[in-house]
Amino acid sequence: MIRIDVTSKHYGESQVLGPIAFEIAKGETVAVLGPSGIGKSTLLRIVAGIDTRFEGTVQRPERMAIVFQEPTLLPWRSVIQNLTLVHPDLSRDAAREMLAKVGIGDKADLFPGQLSLGQQRRLALARAFAGNPDFLIMDEPFVSLDAATAQTMLDLTKTLIRDVGPATLFVTHARNEAEALSARILELRGNPATLGPHLISAKEKP
Amino acid sequence: MSGRGSIPAASLFGLLILWTVAATLTADPQVLPQPWALAGPFLRELQSGDLLYHLGATLLRVIWAFALAMGIGCALGLLMGRFEKIDRWLDPWLVVFLNLPALVLIVLCYLWIGLNETAAIIAVTLNKVPNVTTVIREGARAFDPNLDAMARVYRISAWTRLRHVLIPQLAPFITAAARGGLAVIWKIVLVVEFLGRSSGIGFQIHLYFQLFDVAMVLVYALSFIAVMLAVEWTFLQPWERRVRRWRVA
Repeated sequence: MIRIDVTSKHYGESQVLGPIAFEIAKGETVAVLGPSGIGKSTLLRIVAGIDTRFEGTVQRPERMAIVFQEPTLLPWRSVIQNLTLVHPDLSRDAAREMLAKVGIGDKADLFPGQLSLGQQRRLALARAFAGNPDFLIMDEPFVSLDAATAQTMLDLTKTLIRDVGPATLFVTHARNEAEALSARILELRGNPATLGPHLISAKEKP
Repeated sequence: MSGRGSIPAASLFGLLILWTVAATLTADPQVLPQPWALAGPFLRELQSGDLLYHLGATLLRVIWAFALAMGIGCALGLLMGRFEKIDRWLDPWLVVFLNLPALVLIVLCYLWIGLNETAAIIAVTLNKVPNVTTVIREGARAFDPNLDAMARVYRISAWTRLRHVLIPQLAPFITAAARGGLAVIWKIVLVVEFLGRSSGIGFQIHLYFQLFDVAMVLVYALSFIAVMLAVEWTFLQPWERRVRRWRVA
């Protein structure tokens, strides 16, 4: 169970987040929607434990994974090392299998800089799912990709979520992405930002 | 001109010609001997074993001081670049040591510790640590915050983080510090030997300075320069190429 209960977050004098509380059940996908600059990434960094300066509490499991807007790889280590260094208990065979699953099985011994941006993002996805996370956090992972690539990445993510089954928190400004992942949608609104009345609850989901 | 080595070779040859011309104009081998006039003394020193003995003594001191200065400097630089509080406490010390003349440190080390090997190596190390620290601190300040966040969420162990996330980002700074470090360290080692040791290139230069033997001073100085160039080409440059592999791939 993941329980987020943020009372406020300030940057200096200005308050960016108001009271925000929600839970994510095991295997559930939650999307936080909102226009850019509203504080989505701030909320995500608090939930991920990257930002610890806020009022409130966050309950999160041990095994977590994150996918950023940028691939955020180790450019000085090979593609396969980007998996095995982050997940020390992952065998080389399992790592190769994971690379094959995201469609870059033949790139294991290259450096990330030798991959296209689309392939680097696939590697970032592979890294996220390779650790069998209980909780997956994604920060606009399909932004700045062309429509076709974004669609294949979205399908790939959907498959991986189905196979691995983590609780997923997903931040985006594109409603269609959230719907494609059949996520429960929460909307971030106002200043300081709080959650708007949610449009689709878990029970109403078709 | 073609090939990578041809321009440096031509440039060095030019220096040799300049030396020959200067020696011819001086016309006094007591002041400046011709380059080829050094061959005899060089072979004599080599055969007697003196040259190798003193080269070895200096090289050992350089290695010790280099290893200590790089080790301490990297650790301090990493801490100061990462933690602002430590930086604020240690920065004034750094400024003091950066501005302390090498000679003062050497003399004080000899006075306080004694005329021995420990004092010599500590004096050289203390002279170099502040420079290494300053360079590495710049590198540590420029760490990518996104990689930090990634390492944190995935709970990467401290050792893996240091070895595979932080040090690769520092590599260009470590190379720069090592480059500059080696050049400065061997010069300071010579001063230390000149002032208070009874072996090493600096000691031999002191000896032949008192005998006013320019040829022998040049033989010892040039031999050590050759050794340092060999270190640069056989260790530093290949290492640099290795850590830069991912950039050019």
